[in-house]
Amino acid sequence: MSSFEGTKINPDKFHKSQIKFYLILIPLAIFMVMPIVYIFFHAFKPMDEIFAYPPRFFVKNPTLGNFKKLFSSMTESGIPVSRYLFNSILSTAITVIATIFISTLAGFALSKKKFKLKGLIFEINTLALMFVPIAVTIPRYFIIVKTGLNDNFLVHILPMLAMPIGIFLVKQFMDQIPDSLLEAAKIDGATDWDIFIKIILPMIKPVIATIAILSFQAAWNNVEPSNMYINNESLKNFAFYMSTLTSASNDIVGQGISAAASLIMFVPNLIIFIIMQKQVINTMAHSGIK
Amino acid sequence: MTKVSFKEKFKSLIDKEAGAYLFLSPYLILFFVFIVLPVIIAMFLSFTGFNAVERPNFIGLKNYITLLTQDGTFMQSVLPNTIKFSLIVGPVGYFLSFILAWMLAQIPKKSRTVLSLIIYSPSMTAGIAMTVVWTILFSGDATGYLNSMLLNMGFIHEPIQWLQSPEHLMNIMILVSLWSSMGVGFLAMLAGVLNINSEMYEAGYIDGITNRFQEIIHITIPSMKPQMLFGAVMSVVGTFQAGAIGVQLSGANPTPQNSGQLIVNHIEDFGFIRYEMGYAAAISVVLLILIWLSSKFIWKILGEND
Repeated sequence: MSSFEGTKINPDKFHKSQIKFYLILIPLAIFMVMPIVYIFFHAFKPMDEIFAYPPRFFVKNPTLGNFKKLFSSMTESGIPVSRYLFNSILSTAITVIATIFISTLAGFALSKKKFKLKGLIFEINTLALMFVPIAVTIPRYFIIVKTGLNDNFLVHILPMLAMPIGIFLVKQFMDQIPDSLLEAAKIDGATDWDIFIKIILPMIKPVIATIAILSFQAAWNNVEPSNMYINNESLKNFAFYMSTLTSASNDIVGQGISAAASLIMFVPNLIIFIIMQKQVINTMAHSGIK
Repeated sequence: MTKVSFKEKFKSLIDKEAGAYLFLSPYLILFFVFIVLPVIIAMFLSFTGFNAVERPNFIGLKNYITLLTQDGTFMQSVLPNTIKFSLIVGPVGYFLSFILAWMLAQIPKKSRTVLSLIIYSPSMTAGIAMTVVWTILFSGDATGYLNSMLLNMGFIHEPIQWLQSPEHLMNIMILVSLWSSMGVGFLAMLAGVLNINSEMYEAGYIDGITNRFQEIIHITIPSMKPQMLFGAVMSVVGTFQAGAIGVQLSGANPTPQNSGQLIVNHIEDFGFIRYEMGYAAAISVVLLILIWLSSKFIWKILGEND
């Protein structure tokens, strides 16, 4: 065992042998965070700094002007920007809650219940991890028109709820809850529903947090419904409004506003992830495909 | 039948298989309507000519034959672009995810948390929110960051139309996609490396492992194979899903001289711009098969290692 100096994975404290990793990781992290930092600065730049030549990375005199302009501006159809934001917040909140509910219920059945099609359904779901919604936009369009979901607020929500990766993660995570625990509860007369609510849910908080983040990101950034299924301007969401800004942002006047809007798009993602990152890593440890 | 006995009967039914399906049903219904059904309809439409107004008429394999033999854009631009884009973004992104996860696992928790948050954060931006940065950074006039930097340093004499020029668009697409590719798969691999039992390493060194490279090959990768597979599937999906990026960056579909045209854009072009839905559906089916084959291929490579 002479060559083995104890595992170097997951060390407790700094050691000089780690310097080489920092030397690679820190510059790379700086490179990766630059565009995001840039958006932060740009969003707070006053007009003359946005126009400045040569362009400057940092902001000198930060101002909230871009945000004020963003919220006082209206689209051609007279919808205030706050309306888009409200639509986004509402549809995202409902999507996240409903996705958690649907995924945990299904994951519970796939992990803890016995039934004939269990293996097959899980396998189909694993196959569906590879599903790329944008590949089938056309048939989806017809389904949405046929079910009357076009020009309906629900089109922001319903198509987002079936999340194969959510079911997959819940099932893998629940597999480590011992069956004996559930048997004991059953003997005490608990129904499946009781078991689900009182035993399972409290034990799978990490995976719930993970699904929450994934569905939040998907719903919050989703432009497709507003783009394709909704004509009524007052039902569209903020991500869509943002995309109309960027396509017009070749003129410099729009730049500050679209940077401010970008920031509003990005920051909620970041905050939620920071709050829940521990749970996510915990969940991901069980994410493997076996 | 009294009310109580009906209730009991119902309860016993729920206790058996029906209970499981009851729990599953909301998911299964949505899964069928929004995932399975679209795939089936795409397959059906791919054998028809359909312009979204008249009824689809069955034309057999004609769409596929046209796609493979007569669609010059597809064969000369879209397919090579897609292959180039996915062969670089997929494997490089995947390899980077693993190496970064492995390196992050070598440093203490506090700095690891901060650095992994930074590396993960681009994947949260999901395209649209960041388009504004790229359009400013790569802006075609002299005020664009890249242009003004290169002009100042004297590398170029006049601004380059980065996002509009066929030579540069693809490279920028690859760069931007790689930048945002450290997503869920990366997190899974990080968790995978951290979760390996330290006794595995001890045993490995007793068995004659002498350096860290051997350690990765013989212990780390085999021990976290499930996460490696999950990460691989995520990177395949992410790569093919990133298809919209070229259109977002250049602001046009088709992209300038089709230089950034990927399969996903080709589908949109035929489906929603030219209304040749049957033909677009055939391209969708080809894309789904491509994704499936790539995943199968990876499955095979990773599966044979043990």
